[in-house]
Amino acid sequence: MTDDLLRADELKIVFDTPRGLFKRKGAGVQALRGVSVRVGRGETIGIVGESGSGKTTLGRALLRLADVSSGRIVFDGRDITGLGERDMRPLRRRMQLIFQDPMASLNPRHTIRRIVTEPMLFHRVAADPADAQRRARAIFERFSLPLACLARFPHELSGGQRQRVGIARAALLAPDFVLADEIVSGLDVSTQAQALNLLKELSRDLGLAMAFISHDLSVVRAVCDRVYVLRQGLVVEEGRCDAVFESPKHPYTRALLDAIPSPRIDPGWLQRDQGD
Amino acid sequence: MVEGALTQRTDVSATRRRWDWIGVCVADPKVAVGGGFILCLCLVALAAPLIAPHDPLEQDIMLGLTPPPGFAGAEPGHWLGTDDLGRDVLSRVLYGSRVALTVAFAASALAAVIGSTLGLAAGWRRGWVDAAISRLVEIWMAFPPVLLSILLVAVVGPGVGSVIAAIAIIDWTRFCRVVRAETMNQASADYVTAARAVGFAPGRILMREIFPNVAPVLIALISLEMGIAVIVEAILSFVGLSVSSDTPTWGGMIAEGRQALHEGWWILAAPLTLLLLTVLAFNLLGEGLRRALDPVMRR
Amino acid sequence: MSAPILVIDGLSAVSQRDGTPILRRVSLTLHRGETRGLVGESGAGKSTIGKAILHILPSAVRVTAGQILFEDRDLLTMPSAPLRRLIGERIALIPQDPMTALNPGRRIEAQLTDGLRLIRGASARTARARALSLLEEVHIREPERVLRAYPHELSGGMRQRVLIAAAFALEPALIIADEPTTALDVTVQKQILRLLRNMQNAHGTAVLFVTHDLGVVAQVCDSVTLLFGGKVIEEGPVAQVLEAPRHAYARALLDACPRSDHPELGLRPIPAELIARLRREVATP
Repeated sequence: MTDDLLRADELKIVFDTPRGLFKRKGAGVQALRGVSVRVGRGETIGIVGESGSGKTTLGRALLRLADVSSGRIVFDGRDITGLGERDMRPLRRRMQLIFQDPMASLNPRHTIRRIVTEPMLFHRVAADPADAQRRARAIFERFSLPLACLARFPHELSGGQRQRVGIARAALLAPDFVLADEIVSGLDVSTQAQALNLLKELSRDLGLAMAFISHDLSVVRAVCDRVYVLRQGLVVEEGRCDAVFESPKHPYTRALLDAIPSPRIDPGWLQRDQGD
Repeated sequence: MVEGALTQRTDVSATRRRWDWIGVCVADPKVAVGGGFILCLCLVALAAPLIAPHDPLEQDIMLGLTPPPGFAGAEPGHWLGTDDLGRDVLSRVLYGSRVALTVAFAASALAAVIGSTLGLAAGWRRGWVDAAISRLVEIWMAFPPVLLSILLVAVVGPGVGSVIAAIAIIDWTRFCRVVRAETMNQASADYVTAARAVGFAPGRILMREIFPNVAPVLIALISLEMGIAVIVEAILSFVGLSVSSDTPTWGGMIAEGRQALHEGWWILAAPLTLLLLTVLAFNLLGEGLRRALDPVMRR
Repeated sequence: MSAPILVIDGLSAVSQRDGTPILRRVSLTLHRGETRGLVGESGAGKSTIGKAILHILPSAVRVTAGQILFEDRDLLTMPSAPLRRLIGERIALIPQDPMTALNPGRRIEAQLTDGLRLIRGASARTARARALSLLEEVHIREPERVLRAYPHELSGGMRQRVLIAAAFALEPALIIADEPTTALDVTVQKQILRLLRNMQNAHGTAVLFVTHDLGVVAQVCDSVTLLFGGKVIEEGPVAQVLEAPRHAYARALLDACPRSDHPELGLRPIPAELIARLRREVATP
């Protein structure tokens, strides 16, 4: 088990209901009710669930972007649960995040150049601005992004290009772990395939560990080694992807799997009920 | 060589793009008209001693209440006529723009600095900072504004400085509320989470990531506030609480003109028209800037 | 086969701003009770067709040629008062986002009975009774309570059920479903798809189903029209288009879909040269 890059034990997160001038503090909303996950080095895990399952909160917590009520997060053998922002800073380079909505995750008033080079300079991954630009250009070529994009603003790019910029920004920091939060849900299938293949390639070439958050089981199956199925803040099933997908044990997993419409015609599918 | 050339070319285009927004703003008809008018007014105010045909304070009882050219009894050299003390209305209006613009720029800048500092703090830090600032704003806004400013000037004493202070002290709440809401809105965007995930310090995120996105709203608001400041200054002058009575102001002229309305309508008409146009120009400018500075709306 | 209820013939539209074509001579025919999938990636023009039928095109889009014959009347040339009445009574829309499609300030009852009272002139009492039976028909458990509720008190799936009930309220001949399940969770999506299909079978309504999801098309639609760049690339019965696609683009699109049943298939990016070829093909008249 020492092989784990990132491990979370019994995470619980309670969101405070806002406390107003005339209101007492409420009981709060339990987003996570004791979730344990682990990500091995170079491994890609999938975190699957529907809205309200807590999957996004879990992702944010793993990166210490959301506060944990109880439980423990260990990154590369080091307990980071209570680490302050200043102590987290050197670790931030090593754990990166790719967002669902590439438009919202790129600052609308910054050029793409600034968006991808600033983090490299901040973490001294690049020696100077020229070096940072050289690295940016190299990865843009690899991602088949036009170099002219560097001088543009986010809204001037297409959705697929923005998503690749988001991936490039994370990859340029040479992280050990990348969290991909619903990164293909807004994309067309053709761009989706492109982005997913890019990520698969990156994780293979750089030995990246990834956590792949998605509501779409077919996407998870295509890219992940292991999968966690989340429901209402609890893991209901976990295991190797092929095992979980071939013979799901929990009725909820079965229902989820059955609910995906396959492009192969199945006349009985619509009226058939499964699980739940 | 090829590499270098490429870098240079993209850099040039980036520099060009950095200043693009000026072109975009000027191309906006509202900004062009409103901003053009304000710019002309600024030049007039600066050059008032050079272009005013008379000393605005020079009285000539013999030439009192002469109408503008084209009306019976007009006197050559007084393009907008004279008031009851025989002072040249055109010269007084020109000099009046100095007070109006000084107050407009200084008061709204001051209000913007106070309001947006508190607004950024409240929107970014949330928690008790937000609670404290928000309560302060609510209490502050419960005071009737004009009454408060009259009271303030009455206590501190009249003068341009106290008019500016009065306006800033009343209107910072407007900036605070808008900037707070916009900061909160921006802070919840994914690009802020992205900046946190990189590890940027909170101050840097606030000033370099969030503030540029709040700035367009702020700039538009400052422009609107300048229009409001011009009116408030005129009101205070009207009730005689602005600068001393020997400095010509639009509000003061309107007050004087009101007393002589039946004998000389022109005394009132000139400052009133200019006041109206100035406020309209500031509003147009604010409206246009809001649209032109939005990076997503402009294409 | 019964007479078609909707015939679109050579429909072309351009962007008002720069004149770029949005639809290029699109033709399609829809029969009573048929579900036609309208698929394509973003920018293919699939939503534009639905909006053109409902006369809710944004002002930036202008129809330049073609006919939209609905029950033998051309919707593009009809005078506006009878047109509004015809559309209001015979064509309904199920929108994409159940969160914003209902007015947050009005109770469900008011929103469900609008059409009945305005177009049918029903009394408050009969309209309410009809609304209740509609809610029961879409399997809403406590219809009385839901009628009194405001939209924010309902879940996304419930709201989409209410919107389906509203769409069927006037027994329309045609329903345009614009990505009706894109915003929903998969398990809810399946329930909504099933509900829509069952309602449609019971009422004999034709549905134009705008979607980007070939999986949904395979399970729900009878026939499909595939668009690229505003042009019809392939059309036919679902079985034929999805199982023996004639056009390379249809095949490529199928190969790009992630497949949970066959992970080794799927997720193949569409070759750039195919897209380039299609762009040229679409642009030449």
